[in-house]
Amino acid sequence: MTISETRKDSMIQLDIEGRVDTNTSPELQKHILQAFQKGSTVILNLEQVDYISSSGLRALLIGQKTASSKGGTMKLVHVREAVKKVFTMTGFSKMLTIE
Amino acid sequence: MNKMQDLTLLASDDTLYTVLDAIEAHLQNSGCPEEIRTEVLISVEEIYVNIAHYAYQGKPGEATVQMEVTQNPKVCKVVLKDRGVPYNPLEKEDPDLDLSAEEREIGGLGIYMVKQYMDRMEYRYEDGYNILTMEKDIPLLESPGIEDIG
Repeated sequence: MTISETRKDSMIQLDIEGRVDTNTSPELQKHILQAFQKGSTVILNLEQVDYISSSGLRALLIGQKTASSKGGTMKLVHVREAVKKVFTMTGFSKMLTIE
Repeated sequence: MNKMQDLTLLASDDTLYTVLDAIEAHLQNSGCPEEIRTEVLISVEEIYVNIAHYAYQGKPGEATVQMEVTQNPKVCKVVLKDRGVPYNPLEKEDPDLDLSAEEREIGGLGIYMVKQYMDRMEYRYEDGYNILTMEKDIPLLESPGIEDIG
């Protein structure tokens, strides 16, 4: 998994590529938490992700909890079908902001 | 029947990719579509990592992964074994999916995902081994063996 970050004013976009699994999700979690230290809106571009295990969901849940506690926003964009299926299956589609 | 060579490894996050790479290669060779491959890989990851983190209560211990793909009907069967504390993952209570992000607890989703992805699962404790068998039906493609580019 690789993550590239772009910043525009208070918006941070993380472009994520590859598998979000047990070994890579701590890195994703770290990037999301760091992004919320720099800005109030964090966009996660999941266009290049088609594998997310429960550890990745945990990172997203921590991100969403952080957004809520800071009055910020976390948005997921370009979510592929396989990942949408995981979000629907786990109730995350109701909990996350997916565009 | 197309059987993968059994893998017995020290169960840890460090050996996860050895398991996933072997399973992915075997599924690819068996003409399994990408979507099914991903769902099987996620399921194996969840169970393997559970063994690595909890079965031996912090001590080192092994896990064995066996897989075969039968052709008629086309089914992927994975067996995971460990000699850790007896634990039946199928008895784990499903998470409440209606809770908000604030109410949701961190964790507890892995086994639930596996139960959703797999068509059949069976657990038994035998001769000191936890043995979890998981089966996933593989739908027949119009062009079997052709990589699903979706």
